[in-house]
Amino acid sequence: MRISTGYGPRPASGAGFETFSWYFMRLSALGLIFLVIIHLLLNHVTTDVSCTSYQLVAIRYANPFWRLYDWLLLTLGLLHGMNGLRVVIDDYVRSRGWRLVWVSSVGLLTLIFFMLGTITLITFHPVAGSLGPSCLPQ
Amino acid sequence: MYKGQSGMWSWLLHRVAGLGILLFLLVHIVDISLLNFGPNVYDEGIALFGTAIVRVISLALIAAVLYHSFNGIRIMLIDFWPKAVRYQATMFVIVLVVTIVCFLPMAYFVIGPVFGWPTGNMPAGM
Repeated sequence: MRISTGYGPRPASGAGFETFSWYFMRLSALGLIFLVIIHLLLNHVTTDVSCTSYQLVAIRYANPFWRLYDWLLLTLGLLHGMNGLRVVIDDYVRSRGWRLVWVSSVGLLTLIFFMLGTITLITFHPVAGSLGPSCLPQ
Repeated sequence: MYKGQSGMWSWLLHRVAGLGILLFLLVHIVDISLLNFGPNVYDEGIALFGTAIVRVISLALIAAVLYHSFNGIRIMLIDFWPKAVRYQATMFVIVLVVTIVCFLPMAYFVIGPVFGWPTGNMPAGM
């Protein structure tokens, strides 16, 4: 088997899923390092978080670059994180039945959150008349 | 032989940080999806992020992201550069130092508004 099963001998090396997952974690990590750190700087440092309002999002998302940036962040982050969660599950869950339950839940959650995020990013359109100050009064 | 040494702690912190970040990500996807409900609903959610306690939680998130990133780089160096494993303990110390060095200025900006420190930004009403 070239995929982890949570029990028995470790997965065989070679050209299987586990090897792909190993490379994916590292490649996605490289992308995520830049995506996440810049995201943190833009939303917590250069702008205070209380100023990241609907208005600010409307301004940013007028430029499709930011939608794509955030979508890359969503996709790579979700896949990297959920794959990591799969590895953690494999470390602790021995029972085949429970492993099926946990890993299926991870897959389902990934799908649900990916859809929710993508739909938000694609369909966001500022409501008419929502112009206002970026910073929210406390 | 490996238990309780830098290798174990670096691995454990990496895992804990990763799980914490993932949990935050799921919450974050939901709060951003509030955009679909218009400015009033969305801005209410954002106001929550500006409160003091959530700012403190954000600090934990920033620390986790920085550590996980830098330790991840350390892991990749060990994976792809054969000699690196000899220096893994030194690299771990470097990871910790760089994490703290990058964390402090970011923390200043995040927690500053609670105390009225000058940040050059205009956090409303704090």
